[in-house]
Amino acid sequence: MTNPALKQERVALVDLLDRVLAGGVVITGDVTLSIADVDLVTISLRALVSSVSSLLERPQ
Amino acid sequence: VTSDNCVWVYAVADDIDPAGLIGIGGAAVRRVAEAGLAAVVSSVPSGQFGEAALRRNLEDMSWLEQTARAHHAVIEAVAKERTAVPMRLATVYTSDDGVAEMLRDRAADLRQALAKITARGEWGVKIYLAKDQAPDRQPEKAQDEKPGAAYLKRRKAELNARQDARQQALTSAEAIYHELSRLADAARTYPPQSPEIAGSPTSMVLNAAYLVPDDRADDFAAAVTGLAAKHPSVQLSLTGPWPPYSFVSQGNHDESGT
Repeated sequence: MTNPALKQERVALVDLLDRVLAGGVVITGDVTLSIADVDLVTISLRALVSSVSSLLERPQ
Repeated sequence: VTSDNCVWVYAVADDIDPAGLIGIGGAAVRRVAEAGLAAVVSSVPSGQFGEAALRRNLEDMSWLEQTARAHHAVIEAVAKERTAVPMRLATVYTSDDGVAEMLRDRAADLRQALAKITARGEWGVKIYLAKDQAPDRQPEKAQDEKPGAAYLKRRKAELNARQDARQQALTSAEAIYHELSRLADAARTYPPQSPEIAGSPTSMVLNAAYLVPDDRADDFAAAVTGLAAKHPSVQLSLTGPWPPYSFVSQGNHDESGT
């Protein structure tokens, strides 16, 4: 199943977040009852964007 | 499970013993069996994973990264043993009973998802504009033109070239997407990642995922290499195999269009 030449050591966080936040079986747990799908993606994108911009703003 | 703990669900398989795996926060991974299915779970502290806390923590990038990586690591380990349906991040229950009830309620859907992904893997193909194709020849000085006019003319030509390159890349990306779809059981796209976030030197024009039968994985990789050579206006990046995250959610995305 695995093609070793193509297997990466550590998956890129953005690729992983694409999948674990927008993919996966959507079964709403009883705890996360009111966190809708879209919410989840929006929330994490906000986190991602703010962390990237803080990286860019970090003085050298 | 005490009342200060919630139950995090990683994946569901028909049968699996995940004992020995370590999950989020270093907790032992275990199973909740019901209806001929087994959910792979671990206990997580309510203080971090209750609804209000979860909502707050999901905005904390380092928390999100740690949690997503731990979730993914358990799913990958489980997938080595059994076909397993991955759960979306943050599928959390207050007790094992809640998980068992979910297995009963969703047994048919889950079995259908298991059947769909058996002996298949997910491959990601990202398509970027090829390296900046700005013409490197120095534009010849037009002696009879005013400097301002020459600049504007040169600038316009550059903009046109850039627009053409982008158009060409989009056309290539669409052709590649459809060509690869023929080797896959299913395909879907995600929004292209912005260069700042993806850390790529050029714009991403397509961010696609394919569900590929394991016995066709080599053909698929060879096709990616072949298409990359055939389409110089773009660069391709292949990732995988992934657990089939992108092909288990029902009816909330388009599995055919670009």
